[in-house]
Amino acid sequence: MIIYGLALLSFSYLLGQWLGELLGRILGINSNVGGVGFAMLILMLLKELFERKGWWKEESIQGIDFWNKMYIPVVIAMAASLNVKSAISSGNLAILVGILPVVLGFLFFPFLLKRFKQ
Amino acid sequence: MEELLKVIDKNGLIVGFLCIGILTLGSNWLSKNLLKSRIPGSAIAIFLGLVLGYFGGFFTGGDKGIADIEIFNGIGILGGSMFRDFAIVATALGASYLLVKKSGILGMVSLVFGILIFFISGVVVAFIWGYRDPIDLCTIGAGACTYIVGPVTGAALGASSEVIALSIGAGLIKTIAVTIFTPIFAKKIGLQSPGSAMAFGGMMGTSSGVAAGLAATDPKLVPYGAVTATFYTGLGCLLCPSLFYYLITLLL
Repeated sequence: MIIYGLALLSFSYLLGQWLGELLGRILGINSNVGGVGFAMLILMLLKELFERKGWWKEESIQGIDFWNKMYIPVVIAMAASLNVKSAISSGNLAILVGILPVVLGFLFFPFLLKRFKQ
Repeated sequence: MEELLKVIDKNGLIVGFLCIGILTLGSNWLSKNLLKSRIPGSAIAIFLGLVLGYFGGFFTGGDKGIADIEIFNGIGILGGSMFRDFAIVATALGASYLLVKKSGILGMVSLVFGILIFFISGVVVAFIWGYRDPIDLCTIGAGACTYIVGPVTGAALGASSEVIALSIGAGLIKTIAVTIFTPIFAKKIGLQSPGSAMAFGGMMGTSSGVAAGLAATDPKLVPYGAVTATFYTGLGCLLCPSLFYYLITLLL
């Protein structure tokens, strides 16, 4: 059943977001800390577990895979609903502060990879 | 016509599906026929999305891009945080837990380096620009991290709304810059494996930008980049208004 996969995805999502909110509360900041990351780890763990138990059925996977494949369309919709106008018109300093560190990040990235790759 | 508008008005999200489908179709056509597939269709679609976002803001003066135009508000729902996060979590389906565990250290190291690089260079640019107040410097540096860390830090420190707006602007520019630069430079910086994608997510942080940039580079890398990037904003919100602010007041 497709709904089983979808329900499993929803369960991971909600549990992860809850953990993110709790961690944010513990750290004393009014924000979700890594909720999506936790949800992803939970889904990966459940997938390992279900595969081992033989519960991982092709049809229920389709319920998750649909959203996996909807990812790029959602990102396109997100790009179209960003406040691009105000970003571009928020002044030269904002543009400089927005772009310069990104350039530095791209320059530094290969060194980080080389230094920490086993 | 009135009836059609009524249908559109009542079914925003469905209209959003249709619009994004048409946009993707057009982008794939452009990619294949005009650019000989040198730029992937999804990269063109994301870029066109940004252009639409610009025009939305241009015509309505609102802050949700094209979604501020009434008949397109479903695009805003589809691209809003609920569907975005849900779809990002679903990409974990294609990720291997073992690979994530193996690259965990590299991911964490890159998170720390990423926040430091963005915060420090943001503060330095603001300092050269003439800002001397530690609250202003810290808020602008936090804005260089992401457009959420900026206003959270500014609000915590009591920064002026002008500086907070500046930090949001800087964070948005960062998201757009990462989205556009990632597919262009991915090969040059060695962004090809799951491990390097995890490091990249931690380094760049903006989960929207990393996710969109990787989607345009190689969709297989998205879950690895996203899993670290989603910790960046939270860590930034934790460090910027506390430890980093304290360090700035010591230096000035």
